[in-house]
Amino acid sequence: MSDARQNYLSAGDTVKSWLLTTDHKRIGILFLLSILFFFSIAAAAAALMRLELLHPQGHLVVPDTYNKLFTIHGVLMVWFFLIPSIPSVLGNFLVPLMIGARDVAFPRLNLLSWYLFLTGGFFAFHAVILGGVDTGWTFYTPYSSAYSNSHVVEMALGIFIAGFGSILTGLNFIITIQTMRAPGLTWFRLPLFVWSMFATSIILVLATPVLAITLLLMGVERVWGIGLFNPKLGGDPVLFQHLFWFYSHPAVYIMILPGMGVVSEVITCFARKQIFGYKFVAFSSVAIAIIGFLVWGHHMFVSTQSLYAGLTFSLLSFLVAIPSAIKVFNWTATLYRGSISFEAPMLYIIGFIGLFVVGGLTGLFLATLAVDVHVHGTYFVVAHFHYIMVGGMVTAFMGGLHYWWPKMTGRLYPRRLAQVAAIILFIGFNLTFFPQFILGYLGMPRRVHDYAPEFQFYNVCSTCGAAILGLGYLLPLLYFVWSLRYGQKAADNPWQATGLEWKTTSPPPKHNFEVIPVVTEDPYNYPPLNDYGEHEHA
Amino acid sequence: MPEANPTVAEQFDDRQQQRDAATLGMWTFLATEVLFFGGLFLAYTVYRHFYYDDFGAGSKRTDLVFGTTNSVILITSSLSVALAVRAANLNNLKSTLRWLVVTLLLAASFLVIKGFEYHKDIASNLVPGPNFTPTLPLHAQTFFWLYWAMTGLHAVHVMVGMSVLTAITLLVWRQRNLPAKRTTIELAGLYWHFVDIVWLFLYPLLYLVNRHS
Repeated sequence: MSDARQNYLSAGDTVKSWLLTTDHKRIGILFLLSILFFFSIAAAAAALMRLELLHPQGHLVVPDTYNKLFTIHGVLMVWFFLIPSIPSVLGNFLVPLMIGARDVAFPRLNLLSWYLFLTGGFFAFHAVILGGVDTGWTFYTPYSSAYSNSHVVEMALGIFIAGFGSILTGLNFIITIQTMRAPGLTWFRLPLFVWSMFATSIILVLATPVLAITLLLMGVERVWGIGLFNPKLGGDPVLFQHLFWFYSHPAVYIMILPGMGVVSEVITCFARKQIFGYKFVAFSSVAIAIIGFLVWGHHMFVSTQSLYAGLTFSLLSFLVAIPSAIKVFNWTATLYRGSISFEAPMLYIIGFIGLFVVGGLTGLFLATLAVDVHVHGTYFVVAHFHYIMVGGMVTAFMGGLHYWWPKMTGRLYPRRLAQVAAIILFIGFNLTFFPQFILGYLGMPRRVHDYAPEFQFYNVCSTCGAAILGLGYLLPLLYFVWSLRYGQKAADNPWQATGLEWKTTSPPPKHNFEVIPVVTEDPYNYPPLNDYGEHEHA
Repeated sequence: MPEANPTVAEQFDDRQQQRDAATLGMWTFLATEVLFFGGLFLAYTVYRHFYYDDFGAGSKRTDLVFGTTNSVILITSSLSVALAVRAANLNNLKSTLRWLVVTLLLAASFLVIKGFEYHKDIASNLVPGPNFTPTLPLHAQTFFWLYWAMTGLHAVHVMVGMSVLTAITLLVWRQRNLPAKRTTIELAGLYWHFVDIVWLFLYPLLYLVNRHS
């Protein structure tokens, strides 16, 4: 560490130094590259679906292929992109930096989780090459376990293995945050991103094993024809749905909580203000993680679940809106009288808030029993969860990448172009998914390759939006790669932000800090504004 | 002989932090394991509620002698692993090794007995599927499916626990540096207790349903 120019990227450039690295920052980069690969395949599947839906009858693919496309899209996006997106990339990179630690608690387990992800990804990808899966990402039994003629077992095996990677990542974060904070860094001095990663990790650790056992039982039933879920064998298919959603609904919060953490970091930096109501924002993450475990039954309002169970799950689903709303109100209050600058990360994050509000509020429609009976299984549901997962998580991921890119790579990207890209993404996203709310409300069923002719206008809008959205993803990819070579060198703290990650060099040295910092102040300690809205010069 | 200082990995400040991290890590992992088995316990609860009488009839066909013997063996192995942990804390190398070996022997005898039991179950056509014994009611198959899945998954955990304990025993025996391995032994002991506790639930749920009638 005597050489000041030595950083984590230059600390070895052999292939081996990357593949056997235990440096959390390098593992974050490895995850970034791997999930980009799966994102591209899943996005291509989505593009094909949108092209097919340009025309009511659709001439591009046969119905069976369409079923496989939406399954590939769902499986890869959920398990091989969204779930590892912010936790495994930004979380891996930032959590130790933010808490002033040299690395995560178990660096070798951290590397193992990447290899588990890759092994799982290999099986999933192999299943796609062999001909895909047509069950939908939910693998509902008995179709998946008895009747589907596609590569269900291999795909499920891929998810099963990748799941253990998720568990190890979550475990690592919990232990790291709990035991390795720098001196003076008390729980209430932690950046809110760390709080949200802690809440996410609780879900990763407690929900993922249930998915593992569920897929295991489904796979055994399929291979040996003996099992628990097929009514022919005396089984109950709804039990599968309960087990599946006991994981997969909390998984939705794995796919949004980390995004909320990014929002809290970025919004304080570009409003130059202390976060409004720190403790409320922090505890609302934990509340979402806990209540999120109790709402899974709202996926089964029309699956023979009893009315009383339905009522309970409906009420609990409304409850989870409260901590989410607390966050939105507190972010908005943070902006109030702030000195706001619209750098690219901030544009993404402002977009996040709007899109998340739409996604969240339509979630309340779906939690209402009577309304759900009407829109269940329609494009309304598709639009709702894409507003959360793409409008929310992917936008936050993009915002986070733009915010920490200078720290991760030591390079700046073109500012203007990045702002344009953020706006393109916002427009493209809304044009793609807002029409789907209308389609769903009018009754267009999801997961069907053709539709009634009167729905064509909205479908064409949606496909055009998808093309714009695609551009919104492509542009950052291009200028990020460009910046690696030609980008201006970044200062240690280009945004004048608070937080320990900005106190070390860009890119950080191998062990993060020359000297472990001592924390003496609250987070987001931006200088106060005077009556004219300017910063007081202390 | 000066007490050798166990190495502290580079990411930790000191031994205490390393020990805290490892301990919390094991407890978190055990929480994961509880939920992994949880899916099966939920399925058991649901189907026992559905097919109450068939579960009773199925349970009567399990072998009470094998099952009970194995329960006694596993509980005893929990005692021996606890004694190994205690001996390690007292820095008594010989005693630590002795109790680790006793634990391993008990674990192995559990698996051997389980193997004989499985052999007998297969011979009595208690494997669900086309060859399932016709003398039992239809949904006793569901009971036996759960019997195989739950005891099978448990047996896998016994094997994992045995591998971990074997590795630790060999390391302690070869390095003769007990303080360096104290935390490891304690955490392996925790895992072994978990494996035992799972069995303590499996035994009444699978072997003792409706034995009174």
